[in-house]
Amino acid sequence: MSAQSPLLSLKDVSKGFFGLQVITDVSFDIAAGARMALIGPNGAGKTTIFNLISGVYTPDKGQINFAGQEISLVPSRKRIGLGLARSFQNIRLMPHLSVVENIMLGQQSQAGGLLSMATPLMGRSRWRREAEDLLARMNLETYPGEVVATLPYGIRKKIEVVRALASNPKLLMLDEPAAGLNPNETASLRDFLMGISEAGTTILIVEHDMGLVRSLCDQAVVLNFGRKIYDGLTRDVQEDPLVLEAYLGSRHAQENAHA
Amino acid sequence: MSGYWAGILSILAINIIFAYGIFIPVASGQLNLGGAGFQAVGAYSAGWLSASFGLPVSVTIAFGVIVTGVIGVLIAFPILRTKGVYLVLATFAFAEVIAGAILSSEPLGGAMGISVPGYIDWYVSVIFAGLVTVFVFYLMATRFGLTIRAIHDDEDVSDLMGVSVRNVKVAAFGIGAALTGLSGGLYAHSFSYIEIQGFNALVSIYVLLYVLLGGTQTAWGPLVGATFFTLLPEALRSVLPATKNFLVTLFGETGIVAPPDESWRFVILGALTVLMMVFRPEGLVTRTMVERLQFWRPANRGVTQ
Repeated sequence: MSAQSPLLSLKDVSKGFFGLQVITDVSFDIAAGARMALIGPNGAGKTTIFNLISGVYTPDKGQINFAGQEISLVPSRKRIGLGLARSFQNIRLMPHLSVVENIMLGQQSQAGGLLSMATPLMGRSRWRREAEDLLARMNLETYPGEVVATLPYGIRKKIEVVRALASNPKLLMLDEPAAGLNPNETASLRDFLMGISEAGTTILIVEHDMGLVRSLCDQAVVLNFGRKIYDGLTRDVQEDPLVLEAYLGSRHAQENAHA
Repeated sequence: MSGYWAGILSILAINIIFAYGIFIPVASGQLNLGGAGFQAVGAYSAGWLSASFGLPVSVTIAFGVIVTGVIGVLIAFPILRTKGVYLVLATFAFAEVIAGAILSSEPLGGAMGISVPGYIDWYVSVIFAGLVTVFVFYLMATRFGLTIRAIHDDEDVSDLMGVSVRNVKVAAFGIGAALTGLSGGLYAHSFSYIEIQGFNALVSIYVLLYVLLGGTQTAWGPLVGATFFTLLPEALRSVLPATKNFLVTLFGETGIVAPPDESWRFVILGALTVLMMVFRPEGLVTRTMVERLQFWRPANRGVTQ
């Protein structure tokens, strides 16, 4: 594997449900350390791409390579152990577990042996300490013992990111992390993700908030009706005629092109 | 100690173990309405071994635990493919099959039941109940306990977090079955006589009720639920006649104030059950309640799950 080979690479991936083609021949690469946004209008297939990468779905056609290994047929449960962690569009923390327990669940891929399954996760356990340290590093240390269901939305969004981080991922995939956050919370999330990226984690986000996309991501892939219509630098994305057409309709794109 | 109280304590201890056996799969989201069937397997395994070969109680009870645990694991694979109400029906059907099989089995006494030789005193069951309680509290504090509770909340996300959902569910079902078998073995030897009519659907429903009304979020739930629902009918047994006497002395035997007598205790039990479902739908003991109690003992914060 050469130094240039991408961390994640999709090659001609297609997926349909009951005859409805959702993803058609999508290919893109993410280099290690990159911050990439996956954008597109509603129903473009962004979340389906996430589900294909994390193993919720199996592609009908095409290849998904991660860290030099073809993973299309690797069971979803084993992918987090390879370094693929994700969050969800609607927060899917375990509501009856405390914050620190949710984080400890995120460590499962590294602690799933029979012996560690039978070891208590008491105050002095290594796993609990590591989870609390991680929360402290993310400035969430005030909440460890609280049951998740009682916390505010913005905090829960961040905790879901931290749960994914607890598996020490190579690639962190976040599905609309800023949805429902106010501008202050979004700014704080941006700094938070920037810190994670600087620590060496590759980031792939699905996001509608273009402010966050522009300020966080250097690269963008745009999908429309399940096909890739743009793959390049984030700063050029809003000048691309195909992207403008997808978002604003064809007449606007024509006017823009003539202008 | 009077025979009455010895009997109550035995039943209480056995019910606590029984409730924990149902609690472990329920904590992972698997409602088990076949409790009586598993208990019958434990009771008949121990009782039959004892009656036929005269083996010591320790051996027969251990045999009952192992047989029930193995059956639990074997049945878990097909049964856990079903979900929700279908899982409830499948476990219920399992208990009916067990009851039918025992009823028509001559070596197991059929409808006559069997007398079980090795008698155990009430304190044996109480000691076992204590050990099982400690064991379940320990189990729920481990990573296994964490994954059980995670699966209860969201199976798909647990899978994506790397939890082997099927293995955890099968293990939970098997451990639960083994505990239920233990309660059956203790029952057989405490009451010296077992008949299959004693392991009917109502028993399965009651034990599930102990667990659901006690609370499924912490290991306190089954303990509180089983204790409350075992002792309440006994308490009412003496409270109700006393109330009746009191009302009679106040108003005389008029017939207008139809005074409650002992037969009313199941009416009261039923009414209480409905009230609890209305006011504490997540069970008597919840996670937040335990947390709030721990707040008063800051040194222990976050230790017990």
